[in-house]
Amino acid sequence: MNTLEFTLVVAAGSFVAGMLGALTGLGGGVVIVPLLTLVFGVDIRYAIGASLVSVIATSSGAAAAYLKEGYSNMRVGMFLEMATTAGALSGAFIAGYVSTSAIAIIFGVVLLYSAYTSFGGPKEPEKGLAADRVATFLRLDGTFPADRARGAAEDSTEREAYHVRNVPAGFSLMYVAGVLSGLLGIGSGAVKVLAMDQAMKIPFKVSTTTSNFMIGVTAAASAGIYLRRGYIDPALALPVMLGVLAGALVGALILPGAKVRSLRIVFGTVIAALGVQMILEGIRGKL
Amino acid sequence: MADGKKPSDQGFEILLGRLLRTGVVIAAVIVLAGGVAFLSHSQAPSADYGTFHGAPAGLNEVRSIVHGAAGLAPLAVIQFGLLVLIATPVARVLFSMLGFVLERDWMYVGVTAIVLGLLIYSLANHSAR
Repeated sequence: MNTLEFTLVVAAGSFVAGMLGALTGLGGGVVIVPLLTLVFGVDIRYAIGASLVSVIATSSGAAAAYLKEGYSNMRVGMFLEMATTAGALSGAFIAGYVSTSAIAIIFGVVLLYSAYTSFGGPKEPEKGLAADRVATFLRLDGTFPADRARGAAEDSTEREAYHVRNVPAGFSLMYVAGVLSGLLGIGSGAVKVLAMDQAMKIPFKVSTTTSNFMIGVTAAASAGIYLRRGYIDPALALPVMLGVLAGALVGALILPGAKVRSLRIVFGTVIAALGVQMILEGIRGKL
Repeated sequence: MADGKKPSDQGFEILLGRLLRTGVVIAAVIVLAGGVAFLSHSQAPSADYGTFHGAPAGLNEVRSIVHGAAGLAPLAVIQFGLLVLIATPVARVLFSMLGFVLERDWMYVGVTAIVLGLLIYSLANHSAR
């Protein structure tokens, strides 16, 4: 393949990854690394660098739409970003000392977990919980637009209040999400949502939009270290970044009419297969 | 204060969202321009990414990237676009800090300053390997 052909093929693959990532809410980053390493034979370090860049692009690009809807919680996001950026720095630092085989195996496990969440679907956390002392002190509690499906008018300004719980547990999980992001060059959306939904009991819409808001900042924290290590190769990042970004835009456009449920099952199966493959190749020491 | 979001908060968030989108658009345009220049005079076989030898010399450090992009070297232009992309969320954190200053919410000015410090450490610390 010459440079032009290689660039176009990688761009096409990244486009599909970005579109499926946006449609299923899993993010495109999680399949970019297996796509580049398993299909195109790219060294995992170049793959991680290119993936990280695409994660920043989709997160920041989608933030405008999310922020306008008024679901995301700025204080929760900024507070937890202390944990994710510290984690991302640790992860990027560790990545320089861990063998690429070990990184491939960890990546495979994260893929299997992401596939699991795409099948099970997130459970809406319980409502009507009491206030939490730590959350009250940190002023983390918030409100979100009342559910329009349940009778509220289209232009309703009615907002529903919620309390944030288990702040230390959520903060610790966010550090782990940051480490994985810095180590693997992904957004770690699945772990972030786990921390906010299941540990901190934040309503689903609020946690997904706040998580998206945080992903770009988390990724930027490890990007500086990756750049100096030479993980970010411009000729490879070019098709990956533009492909994923275009795919995510198209995915967001066709989302309202898409059969999200069956897409999640198909994409989840693909991710699980890639996860197994990453683990096997990692054990064989091929990546 | 415990009721969280005030209307002024939301207007500020919309502004932040626009800032992020603008940053991504500018970065994408720069990367695309560099990419077109790079591909238009590159008939060679694609680079070997199977073995890791790091990004080409001069493309792994802010100063040399800016220098190369100023001379319109295609790969340096792409890399400069990626730097703009990386800087976008950093600018978002900076603006959030200004927002908290205007609200006189000193606890969150502190929280944001810590996040900003970690980001600057990553981007500026040359000994971190």
